[in-house]
Amino acid sequence: MNLTMTPEEIKTAPGRNVEQPKAAASKPENRTAPAPGAAAARPFSALSVKNLSVFFAKNQVLKSVSIEIQAQAVTAIIGPSGCGKSTFLRALNRMHELIPTARVEGDIRLFGQDIYGKDVEPVIVRRRVGMVFQKSNPFPTMSIGENVTVGLRLNGVRNRAMLMEQTEKSLRMAALWDEVKDRLNAPAVSLSGGQQQRLCIARALAVQPEVLLMDEPASALDPLATSKIEDLIRELKKDYTIVIVTHNMQQAARASDHTAFFYMGELVEFGATPQIFTAPKEKRTEDYVTGRFG
Amino acid sequence: MDLDELKKKLLTMASHAETAVNEALRALIERDYELALRVKENDNVIDQLEVEIDDMAIHLLAKAPLASDLRLVTVAMKISQNLERVGDEATKIAKRARDLSQEPPVKVVVDLPRMAKLALDMLKAALDAFVNRDPIAARALIPRDKEVDGINKQVTNQLAQYMVENPDTIKRCLNLITVSRSLERIADHATNVAEEVVYLYEALDIRHTGKTGLVAKGNV
Repeated sequence: MNLTMTPEEIKTAPGRNVEQPKAAASKPENRTAPAPGAAAARPFSALSVKNLSVFFAKNQVLKSVSIEIQAQAVTAIIGPSGCGKSTFLRALNRMHELIPTARVEGDIRLFGQDIYGKDVEPVIVRRRVGMVFQKSNPFPTMSIGENVTVGLRLNGVRNRAMLMEQTEKSLRMAALWDEVKDRLNAPAVSLSGGQQQRLCIARALAVQPEVLLMDEPASALDPLATSKIEDLIRELKKDYTIVIVTHNMQQAARASDHTAFFYMGELVEFGATPQIFTAPKEKRTEDYVTGRFG
Repeated sequence: MDLDELKKKLLTMASHAETAVNEALRALIERDYELALRVKENDNVIDQLEVEIDDMAIHLLAKAPLASDLRLVTVAMKISQNLERVGDEATKIAKRARDLSQEPPVKVVVDLPRMAKLALDMLKAALDAFVNRDPIAARALIPRDKEVDGINKQVTNQLAQYMVENPDTIKRCLNLITVSRSLERIADHATNVAEEVVYLYEALDIRHTGKTGLVAKGNV
């Protein structure tokens, strides 16, 4: 079985696994399950994670996770509460350094560069690896336009034309431009919940990151707003690498190319999304996605 | 409404379909006019069960089941469709049995009883594999379809030959050919059910792969 699918192959991947030709089928030793994490390994990994462990004080929350996050694709992270999904996501842009008791072990490479390297500034990592949170958090005292450009302005960009250009570009990418172009000076909090979340996505995009991390970005939104976010995710993957944590299996099935199932701090199974949701290999994955536990 | 109820309803339907084939054949062999009529009437029950299973399945799909649950719902819809057709074939056999019972028996020896046994055994084995969660058994019955096809061909040829020699039996022989073809179709439906059982329990689609079934289990 080809476990290193290109995005094109994933698009055409059958929902039903077709039995392999006899030659392959008669040699079961060729078809033994690969280790979790090897499923999407390919040269175009945006993030290459090896033996990642995260501790909070003495409590180990993530246990030696290895995974290759494919560039320009959507990788969904699923698993029950407390399984380490968010912890994993936060390790990808060094967010744990904001917590004094947190300790990170292992190796994470962003397009080949060690993001925990001695000469690497966490601020730079966070600019290259943007993040969108569960609850939309626009800066309440700022206008819609100011929210989009706050990252750039903090980075010293003063050129008004450039800021304006980036505002439009980011809002367009976040599929919000048409709804707010006539009221960029209105307070950000005047927007609806779904619009606020897309504003936060625009804000994350404005600093031109390479990877976008999303921690349950649609869990507080109604189905219509959720569908807009999912459309947006599919659109954004043309240019970005996206990692999304979600509790919503259907959302993962709809919006992602690869899915990783975490349980109790371990990566249990990682594979093409249609495979995980129609024919998971691991019993724990099966039990979780069918709602038998978790 | 849950998956267990869906499974239960499917088993009820399976048992009706199996009974229909059994009784149609009994009506044929015992030249039982009344029984043939009953089989025809009972087909409504099977048709109704197909509608009910589809209705349950669509409600279950709205709940967005995944993994083996998702496979069970889609497989249930396909198995029920096959069982409905098995019911139709039983009705066809019953109709021919009804007509044949009104005329003198044809004095020709054809292998219809062996064919009937094979087809029925296949149907039963496919349904048992579903109940017993046994994809190996499901795979094992698939090659037997070829045997049924072979007998069908042979029976058809024999009857054609006999008709040429005994033109007064043409109508009756044509009825027997229809029975033979119905049995062949029942074996096909049993094969389809077996393929769905393999998909349900192994998550592997073996349709149209030219597979004769018996493949090592370790490749899943």
